[in-house]
Amino acid sequence: MSTAPAPKPALAAARRGRATGGAATRRRPSRVRALARTPTAVAGSLIVAAYLVAAAGAPLFAPADPAAMAPTALLARPGAGHPFGTDQFGRDILSRLLYGSRVSLGVSFASVALALGAGGTIGVVSGYYGGALDSVLMRSMDVVFAFPAVLLAIAIMAVAGTTPPVLVAAIGIVYTPQFARVTRGSVLQARGIEYVEAARAQGAGVPRILLHHIVPNILAPIIVQTSLSLSFAILTESALSFLGLGTQPPTPSWGNMLAEARRFMTMAPWTAVFPGAAISLIVLGFNLLGDGLRDVLDPRLRL
Amino acid sequence: MTGYLAGRLLGLLPVLWGVSIVVFLLVRLLPGDAVQMFLGTQVAMTPAQMAELRRLFGIDKPLPLQYVDWIGRVLQGDFGVSLRTSRPVLPDILARLPISIEITVLALVIALGLGIPIGIVAALRRGTAADTLVTVGGLLGLSIPNFWLAAMLLLLLANSPIASIGTYVGLAANPLANLTIMALPAISLGVSLAAVFMRFVRSSLLEVLGEDYVRTARAKGLLARIVVNRHALRNALIPVITVIGYQAGYLLGGTVVIEEVFALPGMGRLALNAIGQRDYPVVQGVVLLIAGLFVLTNLAVDVLYALADPRVRYR
Repeated sequence: MSTAPAPKPALAAARRGRATGGAATRRRPSRVRALARTPTAVAGSLIVAAYLVAAAGAPLFAPADPAAMAPTALLARPGAGHPFGTDQFGRDILSRLLYGSRVSLGVSFASVALALGAGGTIGVVSGYYGGALDSVLMRSMDVVFAFPAVLLAIAIMAVAGTTPPVLVAAIGIVYTPQFARVTRGSVLQARGIEYVEAARAQGAGVPRILLHHIVPNILAPIIVQTSLSLSFAILTESALSFLGLGTQPPTPSWGNMLAEARRFMTMAPWTAVFPGAAISLIVLGFNLLGDGLRDVLDPRLRL
Repeated sequence: MTGYLAGRLLGLLPVLWGVSIVVFLLVRLLPGDAVQMFLGTQVAMTPAQMAELRRLFGIDKPLPLQYVDWIGRVLQGDFGVSLRTSRPVLPDILARLPISIEITVLALVIALGLGIPIGIVAALRRGTAADTLVTVGGLLGLSIPNFWLAAMLLLLLANSPIASIGTYVGLAANPLANLTIMALPAISLGVSLAAVFMRFVRSSLLEVLGEDYVRTARAKGLLARIVVNRHALRNALIPVITVIGYQAGYLLGGTVVIEEVFALPGMGRLALNAIGQRDYPVVQGVVLLIAGLFVLTNLAVDVLYALADPRVRYR
């Protein structure tokens, strides 16, 4: 789902006088401090950091082997041995959530990296060169955009098979146009700045202009877009896995844990409550982070 | 206005053309071809028989020619034949379309009905505890997956009649029973969209309240109520139309997932079942139809916006 623009108008008005240009590197320390003063950004970063630590240290934190079945403890209530209870095979839900976070986060990060790489390149080329190339590229992005995100991902998975690389590619393709649009818009703005023209007049080559002058100027909106896209990617991955078209059991992912829990939900609500809560919290984290980043990096940004 | 409309319609053609190519290629690029798909692995055939079948299916021709054949038939309403039931695909899809449309429309109504008033209140009480509560609630609403919300609602309301699954009643047959069944699906799908509208209306109204003409209206001594109702709200709410356009994709994609959770016999569930049975003409038909609906919704949104805001027409 794409988030509606939510600029903070007063903030935007206050900063409107600020010039668009300037080297991003020089301002970075003050931006980090500004981020540290933004409650949404702090809360979001803490949540995301906690998840990353949990995923990286899954073997350390997991109370049990996520695949170990316990016939004596099927659908056990949350308690001492199993903080989040067990599922229909007696597998420890907390351990499966921890290992599942590696899958769910891994797929989401990889697919957003793909979307960022592909969309960013298309956007830079489109925005910098303009003309017929721009039209062709942006019309193709319009075509991808003409499919509802979840539906296109479902269709790709259905046709190309439910393997992890296809999953990453499907989600990546679906979110590519957003990066292409954001990047292209920013490049169009940056291209007109005087010192970019000065660099061109001095005879700087295209790669140099793009890397040294344009890219540093367009990072802010792209960083914000990345954070928001991560939240969409996690939701999409879990929806696909929930429908049986994403990560396949027995590999645990939050979405397929929820799918398996559906049949036992009324008997053992914890099987469904915890995976969904795990998804909601990390998506909230990326949304908070995205909101905070937008307020600090680019108050005028509209999606 | 006519010029604007003509321009928008012309701009739509390349997109629809591209969409049709993607949907066409989606299935044609499958490993194996339609003949193998049709026969499965059970039937043994000689290569000559296979070639004959390929000729009959029209898939011995080069890909571009196949596309021309296919799009020609699609434009005449022939979406192909189901590999499972051997029935034409389109009538089966259209029979289920109203259910999917009903869910999306109800979800949209719920989202607008919740999102707009709450967003207005939050903007007018900016910085108060109520505003903070609404902002946090909005972020939560955005973050909860709709299918999980659906499952949790079913769990909480397990003994209530609105949580009965598996007995679909048509809207025309029994409106009350139908709406009882549709309530939870529509709420599950609508809540996060309500959060989107709420956030948008809040920021849009805040921005308008900071405009010069609102300050002028206040300065000439108008009542706050009149300033808000007559000057600010009108301009703040018009852009909501465009958000409906962006979010139509969320609704149309989300209904596929929600129909599955509530076992509603809509178009999305038809597609999911077809995926399970490798019945690709049905999948292809549903994807094409939903993408077409999405494109047309956005056209309708643009037209509506141009009607509501004359500035758009002259741009």
